[in-house]
Amino acid sequence: MGGKTLYDKLWDAHVVRDNGDGTALLYVDRQLVHEVTSPQAFEGLRLADRPLWRVDANLAVVDHNVPTTGRANGIADPISALQVDTLSRNCREYGITQFGLMDRRQGIVHIIGPEQGATQPGMTVVCGDSHTSTHGALGALAFGIGTSEVEHALATQTVVQARSRRMLIRVDGQPGPGVTAKDIMLAIIGKIGTAGGTGYAVEYGGEAIRSLPMSGRMTICNMSIEAGARCGMVAVDDTTIEYVRGRPYAPSDAMWDQAEAYWRTLVSDEDAEFDRVVTLDAAEIKPQVSWGTSPEMVVSVDGVVPDPADEPDETRRAGMQRALEYMGLTPGTPMRDIRPEKIFIGSCTNARIEDLRAAARILRGKRLARGIREAMVVPGSGLVKWQAEQEGLDQVFKEAGFEWRDAGCSMCLGMNPDRLSPGERCASTSNRNFEGRQGGGGRTHLVSPEMAAAVAVAGHFVDVRELEQ
Amino acid sequence: MEPLTRVEGVVAPLDRSNVDTDAIIPKQFLKSIHRTGFGPNLFDEWRYRDEGQPGQDCSDRPLNHDFVLNQPRYQDARILLTRTNFGCGSSREHAPWALADFGFRVLIAPSFADIFYNNCSKNGILPLTLPEETVQSLFEATWEQPGYTLTVDLPAQTVTTPDGTRYGFEIDPHRKHMLVEGLDEIGVTLEHADEIRAYEQRQRAVTPWLFSDVEAS
Ligand code: SF4
Repeated sequence: MGGKTLYDKLWDAHVVRDNGDGTALLYVDRQLVHEVTSPQAFEGLRLADRPLWRVDANLAVVDHNVPTTGRANGIADPISALQVDTLSRNCREYGITQFGLMDRRQGIVHIIGPEQGATQPGMTVVCGDSHTSTHGALGALAFGIGTSEVEHALATQTVVQARSRRMLIRVDGQPGPGVTAKDIMLAIIGKIGTAGGTGYAVEYGGEAIRSLPMSGRMTICNMSIEAGARCGMVAVDDTTIEYVRGRPYAPSDAMWDQAEAYWRTLVSDEDAEFDRVVTLDAAEIKPQVSWGTSPEMVVSVDGVVPDPADEPDETRRAGMQRALEYMGLTPGTPMRDIRPEKIFIGSCTNARIEDLRAAARILRGKRLARGIREAMVVPGSGLVKWQAEQEGLDQVFKEAGFEWRDAGCSMCLGMNPDRLSPGERCASTSNRNFEGRQGGGGRTHLVSPEMAAAVAVAGHFVDVRELEQ
Repeated sequence: MEPLTRVEGVVAPLDRSNVDTDAIIPKQFLKSIHRTGFGPNLFDEWRYRDEGQPGQDCSDRPLNHDFVLNQPRYQDARILLTRTNFGCGSSREHAPWALADFGFRVLIAPSFADIFYNNCSKNGILPLTLPEETVQSLFEATWEQPGYTLTVDLPAQTVTTPDGTRYGFEIDPHRKHMLVEGLDEIGVTLEHADEIRAYEQRQRAVTPWLFSDVEAS
């Protein structure tokens, strides 16, 4: 037998028992909890009179449903307020640490986990949210679960899992200027499709991935689910170790040394075998823009809206046709001619401090183009917001005409008041362009923070590299 | 959970691939803190011509009569026939809750998204994969014959058409067992509580920093 992949190592280290039926009981080191997918899990515990297995393994935060303005006044929507209050009540009752609405550490669950050092290399991380894959960037086994599994993890500290197949996505070489982690990931999804990773645990490797800072690695792993994979991961290296060092929940002193020594083993062995290997050349990737209603419907910014007539597969052709109708686009239209009216910079994909810096760099000293009706920046956490303000980025955004909001999921899914109206077109740094995702009838184009800033200034999609010259 | 063994029922054809969980149950309904009552809002944006609100009575909302589930012949459907990658996107378990609440017990597609697939079987819904050609022929039969029914036998792992044609399907033994017996998975896992404790004991020595009650040495 050959060496082990990173996934195999993480898996093997967490098997409590082999169920002998193709599944195993996998130990959970960290469960992150948010208000939307947890109420029914706590309710289930209560009905069965079951205690938590291990209180300290859980960390809770409100993010999906929270307003991004005027927080001191509370939550206007009574149904949202009830859900947020329910989480607080459950956390109090069961003794779970929660970052509440007015806590500076509050933010999107997948931003605050790494930021606090609460998610670490070598951990199994679960959360009732599909973008839990984000934490895999630290060299962790992190995946989204449903509410029944949330309850199962709360009650037993385990989840029942079948082992996945292993896929390596290797991005060789270096991307050109203006090409970000988001563009790399959109290109990957464009290549393998939204079901390409189904049934796989994906490891991202290659020079382009190794050169990315943790923020970029998180952007990549975050969107694993858009490629169909429940988890994505990057091997531990110096970048990982330096990122974790000194964070509030990270180990310290002698415990740190012991942890670091272990974390350094979390790489795939040289002779490890993958079930599937996909390679991309970073130098060939250009800034990407999605044109349709599935994240695989992407083209380069210098491309055109594709023509369904060129698609041989009937079901796919029908899907493209429907997407074009929904998006109000005509085949052959250059992406450059598409004019969004709204800009959203935020979400667990692209709301870390590095993302805000990148967008601000494009916006500095510029103003929103005429056709842009609304533009907003929603930092990933209260601490990201605070950091950005220390650096004066809030001023750059505000002077350009952006709204500077409080942390949360916001218009990524529009559960709070931030959403698109029917027919509105948005350049968004989020991860899903599904029909109605950002608001019923809303039209989403997925882009990087740099590209979103470039659209804000130009009024249409434009290669960010032109603006920077 | 209600055991699932044999389901005989009308088939509703949803001819789309990559149906995401945002489409199955839109976000505004995720504000509920309950597990039930999502059925009237299943596929809300496709089913109605107005925008649905949580807690609203759906009986007098304007229907989109083109949408397949609004056609009278599919009213009592218990089996949903659909295309590849069904249930992709968000992990919301509200999606299978809504499907179950509407009355579906079996979903048939060439493939399902992973998290959704798991969530279904924890709610007494059988997601069943058949090859694309078979799914295509079932679509054609469903369109052509009003009231078309299928019989799904989980213990035998077969789908039988009205003319007696029988298709086998694969399912992992764990999932099958849980569904057929209607087991409470937490209860089953807690039978192994000793093994979980033994694992923790071992890990306290190997990765002590993961246990806040272990002192730095
Ligand atoms: S930011 Fe968007 S994708 Fe991320 S957790 Fe929130 S709603 Fe989900």
